[in-house]
Amino acid sequence: MSDYASIIDQADDYVEPEILPLPLDAWHRAQGARMVEFAGYEMPIQYEGIMAEHAWTRDSAGLFDVSHMGQLVFSGEGVAHALETVLPGDIAGLGEGKMRYSLLLAQDGGILDDLMATRLPDDQPSPFSASDVEPEAYDPLHPSPTAGGSFYVVVNGATKYDDVSYLIEHLPDDVTINILEDQALLAVQGPKAVAAVARIVPGVDGLVFMTAGAFHWNDVPVWISRSGYTGEDGVEISIPADHAVAFADALLTLPEIKPIGLGARDSLRLEAGLPLYGHDLDPEITPVMADLGFALSKRRREAADFPGAERILTEREHGPATKRVGLIVEGRQPAREGAEVIDDTGATIGRLTSGGFAPTLGKPIAMAYVPLALAAPGTRIEIAQRGKVHTATVTAMPFIPHRYVRAGAK
Amino acid sequence: MSRFFTQDHEWVDVDGAVGTVGISEYAQSQLGDVVFVEVPEAGKQLTKGDEAAVVESVKAASDVYSPVSGTVIEGNAALTDDSSLVNSDAEAAGWFFKLTLSDPSELDGLMDEAAYATFVEGL
Repeated sequence: MSDYASIIDQADDYVEPEILPLPLDAWHRAQGARMVEFAGYEMPIQYEGIMAEHAWTRDSAGLFDVSHMGQLVFSGEGVAHALETVLPGDIAGLGEGKMRYSLLLAQDGGILDDLMATRLPDDQPSPFSASDVEPEAYDPLHPSPTAGGSFYVVVNGATKYDDVSYLIEHLPDDVTINILEDQALLAVQGPKAVAAVARIVPGVDGLVFMTAGAFHWNDVPVWISRSGYTGEDGVEISIPADHAVAFADALLTLPEIKPIGLGARDSLRLEAGLPLYGHDLDPEITPVMADLGFALSKRRREAADFPGAERILTEREHGPATKRVGLIVEGRQPAREGAEVIDDTGATIGRLTSGGFAPTLGKPIAMAYVPLALAAPGTRIEIAQRGKVHTATVTAMPFIPHRYVRAGAK
Repeated sequence: MSRFFTQDHEWVDVDGAVGTVGISEYAQSQLGDVVFVEVPEAGKQLTKGDEAAVVESVKAASDVYSPVSGTVIEGNAALTDDSSLVNSDAEAAGWFFKLTLSDPSELDGLMDEAAYATFVEGL
């Protein structure tokens, strides 16, 4: 028996040379996790099993360790406008505690990473532990270090060092980048997540989707956003790494919450239609090809002042050559990343960038890039994989509805 | 009846000239939740080491190699309806296919249960 591929192998392209332990490494092993290499770290792929963990998250609440992700704070004079030179979103217009999904763009408009950017509150001490954001880090020539604001940005683990190199090169010297290396990042996701976490972090249920704020757990400062990567309601919690084990233990005392591995994280985000960097997004892909046009804010489109704007806005108006779509695959056999979309002569006209079995739907689903003419929901396409042809139907994403708790819905 | 194992985690039960092939308990635990199995059809000629079946879990697709040469008599139709049998009963009801052995001497190169247990321990 031999593996063709797995999400572990697929991650290898983006692995850093050294394998490092994360703050919860021993904790995961004690919980019975099977650990694998991912993004340069040893990470839990599963505990009791992907199907069970997936279902638990959809029904109750799952705890995910995402401490491999890069947590960055940008500050300094003109920081919002500086970030807008590399991101196509309205960053300057973000209110305090408001967050936005955005894309780090290469100069040609290709996607270098996808990320979440949050404007931190002005006139408050840093919500992160003092050791991470030292006063010395601020430019002494600028007496008010947060003039123009500061932003907390979470980027992918596999790309974080490349992102920082690119940002140092492209942002003005007035902008300081702090890498929060001593902060762990935990996500609690699922319909029961927020009510459960609110029992040990009072007030967190006051957040709505895509907002964030500073809270305390047992006198430990935590920065919490109502956001996630599963399509479910939930929170993401940045906490000083030396408190991460005690906090994870406290979360597991809540009966709604079980630890969930990377395997279920991948099947959950796939059902939610959320792209995974390095698979569904890469430097050859533009925001319009990726069907992430919502990340191009109106003001920025009108100003056409982001990298690759001419190319991206032309694609937006006339349509991209190929576009990311969702697929439901007929039968039971999953079609996976790397499978080819073929035309009726057998020629390759597209490719699958993610694919697997959707536990909630009970059938195989995938994401693929296909020619624009085949991108409309309902279109039937053929997929070649290991000498076999599968039929699939283009399907609107998400595959299952998002259950975010938005402002006004409370 | 005796049972033999390969280093690729297939098992074969041999009863006279007929072998029954599946994957080991260890293999199913490594694969995780099995969602699809493709078994060979009766009449298919297999040489030892040939790709004989496909097993797909939520996370990965894997080949099942034939531990011996022979002619397939039957694929396990029960796996088409309920592939999770591979998880729940890998070394009995979750068998993949039966074949008539063309060269029983090939069994000499396989491990017995004790040797396989030692082999898995070392992984």
